[in-house]
Amino acid sequence: MFQSLAVRKAQGTQFIRDLRAAQPGGFRGKPLISDQTCAPNCRLCQEVCPSNAIELKADHADAVAIDLGRCVLCGDCAPVCPSQKLSFNNDVKLSATTRQGLVVTAARPHIDPVVMSAELHQRFGRSLKLRSVSAGGCNGCEMEVNALSNVNFDLGRYGIDIVASPRHADGLVLTGPISRNMMAALQICWEAIPEPKLVIAVGACAISGGVFADSEAIGREFLDKYPPSLYVPGCPVHPLTFISGVMDLLGIA
Amino acid sequence: MPRVSSSDHPLPVAQLSSIENLLSISELVALVLQALEAKNTLISWFGRPTTSGEEAGVVVTAVLLTPEGLCVRRAHVAAGSSYPSLTTQFPAAQIFERELWEQTGLLPDGHPWLKPVRFEGVRQQHINDYPFFKVRGTEVHEVGVGPIHAGVIEPGHFRFMCHGEQVQHLEIQLGYQHRAVEALLLQKPPQRLSPLVESIVGDSVLAYSWAFNAALESLANRPVAPATQASRAIGLELERVAMHLATLTGLATDIAYLQPAGTYQRLRTAIINASQRVCGNRFGKGWIRPGASAPMGEALRADVLKTLRAFLPDLQQVNALMTSSRSTQARFKGVGTVSVRAAQDLGLTGVVARASGMACDLRYTLPDGLYAAHPPQLLTQATGDCWARVRQRMQEIEASTQWLMDRLADPTLNLADTRDPFAQTSPSENWPLAPNAQVVSLVEGVRGPVMVALETDASGQLLHAKVQDPSLANWFGLAFALRKQQISDFPICNKSFDLSYCGNDL
Ligand code: SF4
Ligand code: SF4
Repeated sequence: MFQSLAVRKAQGTQFIRDLRAAQPGGFRGKPLISDQTCAPNCRLCQEVCPSNAIELKADHADAVAIDLGRCVLCGDCAPVCPSQKLSFNNDVKLSATTRQGLVVTAARPHIDPVVMSAELHQRFGRSLKLRSVSAGGCNGCEMEVNALSNVNFDLGRYGIDIVASPRHADGLVLTGPISRNMMAALQICWEAIPEPKLVIAVGACAISGGVFADSEAIGREFLDKYPPSLYVPGCPVHPLTFISGVMDLLGIA
Repeated sequence: MPRVSSSDHPLPVAQLSSIENLLSISELVALVLQALEAKNTLISWFGRPTTSGEEAGVVVTAVLLTPEGLCVRRAHVAAGSSYPSLTTQFPAAQIFERELWEQTGLLPDGHPWLKPVRFEGVRQQHINDYPFFKVRGTEVHEVGVGPIHAGVIEPGHFRFMCHGEQVQHLEIQLGYQHRAVEALLLQKPPQRLSPLVESIVGDSVLAYSWAFNAALESLANRPVAPATQASRAIGLELERVAMHLATLTGLATDIAYLQPAGTYQRLRTAIINASQRVCGNRFGKGWIRPGASAPMGEALRADVLKTLRAFLPDLQQVNALMTSSRSTQARFKGVGTVSVRAAQDLGLTGVVARASGMACDLRYTLPDGLYAAHPPQLLTQATGDCWARVRQRMQEIEASTQWLMDRLADPTLNLADTRDPFAQTSPSENWPLAPNAQVVSLVEGVRGPVMVALETDASGQLLHAKVQDPSLANWFGLAFALRKQQISDFPICNKSFDLSYCGNDL
């Protein structure tokens, strides 16, 4: 009893009051691309990128584009750039409602803001139950999805919960690049979720295959059939990236 | 700490052409049997199909841990042949022989349990054809769960074969997380593989990236600075603390003891946020790169030390709360017991083996760098039940925290003079690798030894990459622990083992 009270006292208050304002110290988040001109014929950033996230348009004023749907925020492109064009800040607001909205360049430095869906707001604005399916991931994104409901992030305060049964779910949180061995189970789980329902693609793996995109052991047809309503970049996603994205999508004030 | 060797005497790089002629498979089998007879440990038994220029067949590698250090021996076996299964005498070899058979077709004659490990290659998407063991009799029933489970957890299928209330046998069928990682490791220049390696098992980032990069540095004959080694060890111990805390959270949740669960969660948050301040990522991604490791200057060091000093008393307090509770003891004690004999026979390794009383910990048995200078305490338990695995994790967290605090507070320890992974580099620098060489690298990660073995061809290109998670051997331990238990004991048994699915499935 006294032990329990002592633990309670030490615990204090842990929840982050304003989840949208929180800025994680040291987080390697959004890539920033400066408008320096690239060195002639240089392709170094593209060559080191582990997930083909960089597109180079030679002779184009806005030469470098980074696709946050592929980028794993590894940071490896920054040190190789002889023009020091690339850096990262700790911005966690990386989610978007369109796939194309995840591409940043020097001229277009911001990810498209998440578009609030009136329909989703009306249906799920006060309660959204999600079923998580891990399909070939590394367990990093899964651990961060678990962290959403811990005492620090406490996403449950907005009625957003991860539930056990697909029958109780309004949507699917997909992590991992979708291994071939998980394709059938993923489809079955999806079919068990009652309509109306949505897909949230969580992590570079789910959005694009991430570092596994070139693997012969993944099959991504599922996402062609059921395009996500929200893309949540990261490797793993930072919980705050997920939280800010979902809150914006649902129009939670 | 990673010990890199390819002969009885640890060498940085072993030139296979000069140090050995390939043995015949019968010679290799005899050598391994003799070593196991003498109570040495079979760390791995793996192989690859031969490539052009070699006589068609399979090259098999045995990695043994002996009192003298690591011993690596190899054999060539002709295509389409078989060899007498090691498993018939030493069950610990069962999973290695299954994997070798699945990956190369090499048949272990007489293997009692020859089933695919992960349904890779041509077996992909045939995972529903898994040949389950059948228990027959009246009142026998089966319960199958997964691949998708109730929580946010990786996929795997568990089939309980029960007689009445009792589980007679649990069969664990994995492979759902298979991403063909080993093949991917050969598709890009090795110096650019760190981000991929960090995502093989995302909760053991430091263990994998250290094992891989140590192997690579060894092949390139580029030893790293002491500060680089030390920074890696700091990262690895923070990872150990964080991931054991995640397991304890799960265990407290599974027995519905929510106060410790909530406390372990926030304590883990403090640790992984500290890792993020060092390397930019809560899971340690970016901490290690070839020849480089996150530098820790005075400010960062003081920051992490302060975090740990605030952390330790709160950790001890909640551990005391959890262990003094009678209902916690009642739930964990005597459940899911694996005796030391069984653990040895099954070839269990890492934290679960230590909980069964096996004195195995590479930080202790093969120390290197910071671990050699400051040996961590070798911790074990006697009882091998869920309680022992809970206690083992608690003690390991406390020991690692104390070890970290001692290192960080030691002014003679240099953690700053290491090449920064994100310092401006000349990227064209491409390390030439020793030709015809094989390197085995081991790191004691949170679950146990993580192994990376790299082999080069005559031109110094990577020819084969083998990755091994401690979970590979330990999953059978979980199945064994469930015998004569109730299905309702499964969650706490599973969580107390806390094995990796993606590490098994690769
Ligand atoms: S930070 Fe992103 S864009 Fe840069 S190399 Fe890594 S994955 Fe590629
Ligand atoms: S996106 Fe990165 S962290 Fe998430 S599952 Fe994939 S590899 Fe792991």
